[in-house]
Amino acid sequence: MNLKSFSNSKKSKEIIGAIHNIAADLDNINIMEVCGTHTMEIGKLGLRKLLPGNIRLISGPGCPVCVTPGSYIDSLYEAALNPEYKVHVAAFGDMLNVPGNEHSLAEAKTAGAKIDIVVTPLQAIEIARNEPLNNIIFTSVGFETTVPATAFTVKKAYELGISNLYFLTAHRVVPPVLKALITDKDLNISGFLLPGHVSAIIGEKAYSLLNDFSVPGVIAGFEPLDILGGILSILDIIRNNRKNKLVNMYTRIVKKDGNIEAVKLIDDIYEHVDSLLRGIGVIPGSGLKLREKYKKYDAAERFSLNIEKSGMPSGCSCGDVLKGIINPDQCKLFGKTCVPEHPVGPCMVSTEGSCAAYYKYG
Amino acid sequence: MDKRIKLSHGNGRGNNELLNNVIFPCLIPEHRGPHEDAGILKNIKGNIAFTTDSFVINPIFFPGGDIGKLAVCGTVNDLAMMGAEPVSLSVSLILEEGLEIIKLEKILISLRETCRDAGVSIECGDTKVVENGKADGLYITTSGLGVVPDNINLSSANAEPGDIVIVSGPVGLHGIAVMSVRKSLNFASVAVSDCAALNGLTKELLNAVPETKALRDCTRGGTAAVLNEIAETSGVTINLIEKTIPVPDVVSGACSFLGLDPLHIPCEGRFVAIVPVDKAGLALKTIKNHELGNAAEIIGKVNTKERFPVTIVTEVGGKRFLTLPPGELLPRIC
Repeated sequence: MNLKSFSNSKKSKEIIGAIHNIAADLDNINIMEVCGTHTMEIGKLGLRKLLPGNIRLISGPGCPVCVTPGSYIDSLYEAALNPEYKVHVAAFGDMLNVPGNEHSLAEAKTAGAKIDIVVTPLQAIEIARNEPLNNIIFTSVGFETTVPATAFTVKKAYELGISNLYFLTAHRVVPPVLKALITDKDLNISGFLLPGHVSAIIGEKAYSLLNDFSVPGVIAGFEPLDILGGILSILDIIRNNRKNKLVNMYTRIVKKDGNIEAVKLIDDIYEHVDSLLRGIGVIPGSGLKLREKYKKYDAAERFSLNIEKSGMPSGCSCGDVLKGIINPDQCKLFGKTCVPEHPVGPCMVSTEGSCAAYYKYG
Repeated sequence: MDKRIKLSHGNGRGNNELLNNVIFPCLIPEHRGPHEDAGILKNIKGNIAFTTDSFVINPIFFPGGDIGKLAVCGTVNDLAMMGAEPVSLSVSLILEEGLEIIKLEKILISLRETCRDAGVSIECGDTKVVENGKADGLYITTSGLGVVPDNINLSSANAEPGDIVIVSGPVGLHGIAVMSVRKSLNFASVAVSDCAALNGLTKELLNAVPETKALRDCTRGGTAAVLNEIAETSGVTINLIEKTIPVPDVVSGACSFLGLDPLHIPCEGRFVAIVPVDKAGLALKTIKNHELGNAAEIIGKVNTKERFPVTIVTEVGGKRFLTLPPGELLPRIC
């Protein structure tokens, strides 16, 4: 399949025209793009200003590092610099510069901590094997897109009998977060642009709550026509009061039942728990925790790390940005004291962060 | 000769052994006569361009090149971007204890051959050895001298409204090639570095279009960085058209996977040229006639200063600005 066909300028302009036509029949509409990659792509395409004035795109909390508690970063910082622990951190690139409540992993690295950027958790097994005297901690952060890879790695470590590899788990799952957003009385979300790659794992069926609450949601991919088509579809559901509120426009990747093997693997390794989303609060069932069988790999237990403490840097409005209450450029610190080189909050530095997208693309 | 660099190769007899058995034969086999404390460049007349650069790339071998080739191209290209005909380089080596001699020889031969192809001599050099773990195999610093013709005046401050922006070829290959090896990313398509000495191409361009306003090679920070610097220095805004910017499929695919912007990815054999509008056609034709510029494109225009230094019209007709990259390029989570 040639992805370039999903970037066709002529078709893009036709869809934008259709969006304007439908929007003329509607009042103010707030569409939340849940996924940070959607936020980035929308910014990169300069899409917001092409939409009619009554259609507002709100960035949601689908940025994994943005919602990771600040205490996760701070406690990992302390562990990485504690000579008794002999820790070597393996982390995705996004994690390096995100500010905790007090420190970042980049600061730990500068101070001499061993931190390596990896693109797959399996690299953490390699590091563990190469450094039998060190304790490797992998930062298990991310929504359902990333969880299967970590689950696979935990299982492999278990089967290989790796004894010096640990997982600091702060995985989050989307459906409970969606429910919290739908039922939040402060928010007025007309519809959701649903995350394409999370949906590839959990499938259409995971979003049945949208019909229960009668809120439109469209599963969309990340090419220009995917995003524009997704927005048009949400407006169509609203204008025509379609009975079925959930539409899958990413059928080339997303199936009704999702990736059954991946879902089973996640379920084998993890159980659902209540968890804290930074800036938002505790959401029931929104987190994952290693099951009893794999408890020995839990870094939080092994090193006594308190990773679920709430807190946000002083003056930071990331919480309001993550819920879509304000746009990033409405935060007092945006572009002044909070810039990517010196971020105050996580949303400015993560590659999926709303503030970073606004700063980078306007 | 030993198989690996030792600390003793940094001093006295050990250093002589290294120089006579490895460094001189690989770098300057044609040299006859004594090795003095400094080289003498005779009868160099005109406007002298002088530059320096250090190369700490890891890995030292990558698809399309190695640190030796890079050390020559980087400095030769800095001279070429000022319109200088490169004359001579210095080469300083910091060697890590334990570096295999066979790898060092390969890099030095590559360095020498790149100098030969670029028409630049090696006039002087230095060698130091550091303990194991203090360098990624080796680091190289090259300084370079060149002569700028009187009729050439290139500067990032020269861009004016109405000027045209040309890029000499597809962007991002060097950075993705290095990243793919560094992070063991086995892409189905292999990215090969665009590392190349550009002085032959720039000489042809400046002979045909001496009115060229600025040349900048798209190294650290990629195309976005150099265009932002030109726009800020000249007090203008550069407007780009996204669909005209050549990006190879392997770069756009890798960037999509890693969450990076192709315009932030460094190149080592590409430049942007700012030329007057009435010379744009000739400039493009001249660049495209050269093998290193055959995929050049006009990608934008210089306008009077707007709110942002560089803006880009996207493929769907939207407009956004193009910022400097944030610093270290880090692949994303999902």
